[in-house]
Amino acid sequence: MLSIKNLHVKLEEEDKQILKGVDLEIEAGKVHAIMGPNGSGKSTLSYVLSGKDGYEVTDGTAMLEGADVLEMEPEERAAAGLFLAFQYPVEIPGVGNMTFLRTAVNAQRKARGEEEMSAADFLKAVRARAKELKIDADMLKRPVNVGFSGGEKKRNEILQMAMLEPRMCILDETDSGLDVDAMKLVSEGVNALRSEGRGFLVITHYQRLLDHIKPDVVHIMADGKIVKSGGPELALEVENNGYGDILAEVA
Amino acid sequence: MADAAEKISTTDARLGGLSLPVGGWSEAARKDALARVQAMSLPERRDEYWKYTRPDTLTQAGAVPAALFDNDEAPIFGDMDRLNIVFVDGVFDRQASDDLSLEGVTIDRLAEAKTDIHWARDLYGVLEAKGQNPVPRPLAALNTAFASDGVVIHVTGKPSKPINLTYHHRSETSDAILHHVIRVDAGAEVTVLESGPAAARFNKCMEVDVADGATFHHVRAQGRDHERRAATHIFARLGTESVFKSFTLTANGVLTRNECVIELTGDDAVAHVAGACVGDGDFHHDDTVFITHDAVNCESRQVFKKVLRNGATGVFQGKILVKKDAQKTDGYQISQSLLLDEDSQFLAKPELEIYADDVACSHGSTSGAIDEDALFYLRSRGVPEGPATDLLTLAFLAEAVEEIENEDLRDEINDRLAAWLERHRS
Repeated sequence: MLSIKNLHVKLEEEDKQILKGVDLEIEAGKVHAIMGPNGSGKSTLSYVLSGKDGYEVTDGTAMLEGADVLEMEPEERAAAGLFLAFQYPVEIPGVGNMTFLRTAVNAQRKARGEEEMSAADFLKAVRARAKELKIDADMLKRPVNVGFSGGEKKRNEILQMAMLEPRMCILDETDSGLDVDAMKLVSEGVNALRSEGRGFLVITHYQRLLDHIKPDVVHIMADGKIVKSGGPELALEVENNGYGDILAEVA
Repeated sequence: MADAAEKISTTDARLGGLSLPVGGWSEAARKDALARVQAMSLPERRDEYWKYTRPDTLTQAGAVPAALFDNDEAPIFGDMDRLNIVFVDGVFDRQASDDLSLEGVTIDRLAEAKTDIHWARDLYGVLEAKGQNPVPRPLAALNTAFASDGVVIHVTGKPSKPINLTYHHRSETSDAILHHVIRVDAGAEVTVLESGPAAARFNKCMEVDVADGATFHHVRAQGRDHERRAATHIFARLGTESVFKSFTLTANGVLTRNECVIELTGDDAVAHVAGACVGDGDFHHDDTVFITHDAVNCESRQVFKKVLRNGATGVFQGKILVKKDAQKTDGYQISQSLLLDEDSQFLAKPELEIYADDVACSHGSTSGAIDEDALFYLRSRGVPEGPATDLLTLAFLAEAVEEIENEDLRDEINDRLAAWLERHRS
């Protein structure tokens, strides 16, 4: 599904290397988790994959089902099936959440040469999915993320994911700012989307999210590289011992 | 002295090419107005009130020729039930216009209203003259003196449909002066729409008297002709518990100066003035607003949004004057520009002058670019850069457009804005 090889990335503005050779293979139907201390490059990886400005790829490749993601515009990556759930979802005053969702869904369909979704079908689909995420009609009407609580913003991200039906989902610290109930709700939303044809990359600082979204593979990232990979037990090791032992072991 | 002499010669040159209509109920008002404009002289660029907008093409003897514009859009407000009154290059076109009779309102052509219309005589040039103080508005006085056409609208009830004034531009050198007077009787309610470029050069004045408990809605879409020039004035007087709401859409136009002068004279009156403009290249758009609170517990709102690109210029001069006894005034003023590149500019002069001690007035003025984070967020969801920028631009304009109460009119304005943005993508 997603194949990252030897990815090197530096900041455009300053001569600072953030990713120093990331290798990652995410197969369809699998959930991979990346854990790592602050500043290890986890969020940078998600931004570079989704096409945010300000980063320069100096070496390496990232292919989504054989297509070179790094050559695409952000909207082309989205249409190709890549989705990033933001750590800090952006507020957009003046744009209704519903308008935003419908514009996004139909823009992707158009880019793929599919027919646009009718207003009625769209409304039906949104309502059903919003209900599962306990997103009420008011949240759908309000401007995108404006005045939403931390939990509401993250639920709104998952709603977008559910509506856009991406093939490769990247969740960037989706657990940050969530209380236990919200985390459970968001995780249920994600788990409902797990399927054979879909890959997940869950970026998180803490193990607790992985209690709800159970990963197939766990990677530890440090200083711009994946330093260790293993099964779910690796996340527990981090939880119990911190990153220190693992980092010392690979150093 | 040189300046004064130059002003007088400009004024003489302009007035020399015009003839004062004689006879009829408006003659005395026209003569007074002529005396006013001669005493004031026409504006020139060194005048403080014209600091940001060059008046020379508005005051010179003849109009700068303006190429006709082939507008392939369906006429705005064309699909709605309305009473349509058509002017071609500033001349009433009876054949193209609907029958002027409509329940709840009496409409006469200014040029034909020869018999004494008492209420109109008490209004024509009266609000304009009052609006000359403290800031002179010579182009409005010139208009009162020399207006060659217009309508006199007396609203006595609640007409079932809006009155739509359509202004066609068919001659490249047309120089039109129109003056409308509108009286909305106590408890009456009307919607007046205006659309179209009108002429190569258009000087328009509208005096509106909104009596106690009356409501006046105004929605205007100025024509898309790139080369047209316009100086327009609205003078409004608001009675007790009356409502005045005016919105203007301006897309294109090498020079537009829209002045709006409102006096809240009755308690609990409400005045909202809003504008959304979108301009590209040599577009120059000036909103100049002066609202005087002279009664208790009145509310005024000014909401002006400008989208500027490729060197376009936007100007806002807005003032709230709260007189000594106008307690409990609620005044709000916002003027904002969205600059889509570094060549465009927005010049704003917001002013508050308050003599009462129990008022709430707020004002703000900002210039900004598209929010890059919001743009990336939209793109990451699959919306391409062009439509994503348009969506954010429409969101920026929304506060002004939302001042239009009628949903159909609001949708129509939004559609025009969206179409303009789509045509003008980089």
